[in-house]
Amino acid sequence: MIWLDTVVQGVLLGGLYALFAAGLSLVFGIMRLVNLAHGDLIVASAFLILIVVETLGLNPFLAALVAAPALFALGWALQRFVLNRVLGKDILPPLLVTFGLSVALQNGMLELFSADSQRIAAGPLESASIDLGIVTVGTMPLLTFASAVLVIFLLNRLFYSTALGRAFRATSDDAVTASLMGINPKSVFAIATGLAMVIVTIAALYLGMRANFDPSVGPARLIYAFEAVIIGGLGSLWGTLIGGAIIGVAQTVGAQLNPEWQILAGHLAFLVVLILRPRGLFPRAVD
Amino acid sequence: MQVTVTTRTRSSSIAGYAAIALIVIGLALPAFASRSLIQDLFFILTMLTLAQLWNLIAGYGGMVSVGQQAFVGIGAYAMFAGVILWGMDPVPAILLGGVAGFLLAIPMAFFAFRLQGAYFAIGTWVIAEVTRLIIAQWKTLGGGTGTSLPREATSDIMGVEAIAQLFGLRDAAARDVLAYWLALLLAVGTMAAIYALLRSRTGLALAAVRDNDNAAQSVGVDARRVKWMVFLAAATMTGLVGALIYVQTARISPDAAFSVTTWTAYVIFIAVIGGIGRLEGPILGVLVFWGLQTAFSDYGSWYLLALGLIAIAVMLLAPRGLWGLIADRWGIALFPVQRRLILEGTRHG
Repeated sequence: MIWLDTVVQGVLLGGLYALFAAGLSLVFGIMRLVNLAHGDLIVASAFLILIVVETLGLNPFLAALVAAPALFALGWALQRFVLNRVLGKDILPPLLVTFGLSVALQNGMLELFSADSQRIAAGPLESASIDLGIVTVGTMPLLTFASAVLVIFLLNRLFYSTALGRAFRATSDDAVTASLMGINPKSVFAIATGLAMVIVTIAALYLGMRANFDPSVGPARLIYAFEAVIIGGLGSLWGTLIGGAIIGVAQTVGAQLNPEWQILAGHLAFLVVLILRPRGLFPRAVD
Repeated sequence: MQVTVTTRTRSSSIAGYAAIALIVIGLALPAFASRSLIQDLFFILTMLTLAQLWNLIAGYGGMVSVGQQAFVGIGAYAMFAGVILWGMDPVPAILLGGVAGFLLAIPMAFFAFRLQGAYFAIGTWVIAEVTRLIIAQWKTLGGGTGTSLPREATSDIMGVEAIAQLFGLRDAAARDVLAYWLALLLAVGTMAAIYALLRSRTGLALAAVRDNDNAAQSVGVDARRVKWMVFLAAATMTGLVGALIYVQTARISPDAAFSVTTWTAYVIFIAVIGGIGRLEGPILGVLVFWGLQTAFSDYGSWYLLALGLIAIAVMLLAPRGLWGLIADRWGIALFPVQRRLILEGTRHG
């Protein structure tokens, strides 16, 4: 019984990791860009939501709605003015630029908000739970998982049923040929990164409501997110959700065995998958 | 017509003599330098060595590792294990750091070499994290909170007594001098070895593999062997540097010893700002890093924010780094590896 509970909690935790990963997966899938600042952008967004909650006295969900357009603009500008200039065959320049951004963001947040732990207050929702008969689950983890499923469902709809999605897929497969068909890859990339920042806003909302955060927690979120993307396979969004769930279950099972093994178990699960299936479980695109 | 191939230039000859002079001055420096200067130079030399090693695997070898902190940390912990568990003197225990770096690099390379590009970068980072989390379980070495070198060990390091008498210093200052000399030895040794490697056949093979793996193999380069060799060598040296840094610090914790920010991000910035893929780059880069740190140390972590932004600006505006700008402007190469054809009779330096 305790194991069933552990696995269910792990899958729900995986929902949070899938939210971290969805934005990364989108950007990585379309332009092969590894954004090493992704985790720090999530933390920075959580601080922004916190500021909106505290200054305007809004409900966190409304605050995220307020923050999202600003963060879309930030992502768009980041891609348009910085990252587009370093994309190319060589993976080193974009990697280094986002690494620079990561360190700059961490230290900027440290100066602005101090190293103290923060939390976005969500009222009674924080401790509410639902009895599902066999297991009892927290409302918040359930809501996180549902949001992850919804985000991935909507992203898939966008990818496969809209003109923008077609442009995303075409650019992902072959940017040069896509540009011959009248698509401007650079503006497609900018929209994609803006969209990724909207997903980051949702991830930040749950990160901030579920647990304490401080300026230093970004890199660990980035690693979980990346592990979920790689386990799932490049370009497969549902794969990313499954990847998140695998990391989540490995972590809760590891923690059940020994609380100190939680994070380690997640990483080991990732390494095992990578040894067995170097391209992930459900790869769609070819590198 | 007589034809010779050379890498020598006039500026490189001057640089050669200047380097020898600098090494001699560096060795004699503790006789008249202040303790804080010696400590600053220790910091500069160790960061320089780490940056040269990262530059070797990433800049020349094309293996963009974000997991170098694994080797710093495991090297430091191996040294601590030698001192605390087996009662070794800290200085010979530094060698254990090199051994540990080498041993960790074998599984890491086995795993990471299956991955390409960005996957390689993240893969090395994850392995470094796994190493950190495992080391944090090692209760006799302090577990997650860390530990210090025992007082008996630090008060009785071999050679410190002699240095203290030679320069008339206290023991603590004499320990800094010893650590500084070792750092100088490692920095000079590493740079000389990298320079020799780059001028050799293996160096050419390495650059060929970086530029085009398949093309290099088609002309008979054993790409796998070259990559393994360079990766293991860099890991061994990084382990030595990590052990040396923590002999001087004398206090260790998994979070500090395996810090991705300190041992990989800053190291990468040093290489990037100075210039990736050239020996002169990290030298210039470490001076910029140290200058920023010294000038803005009163303003908390703003200088680190500035460092990140400078790295971004350099990547955007001068991807070959500050030394790249200098080399383009004046054509100077202090450590040339480019082979040039000299026709006899037309030789002019």
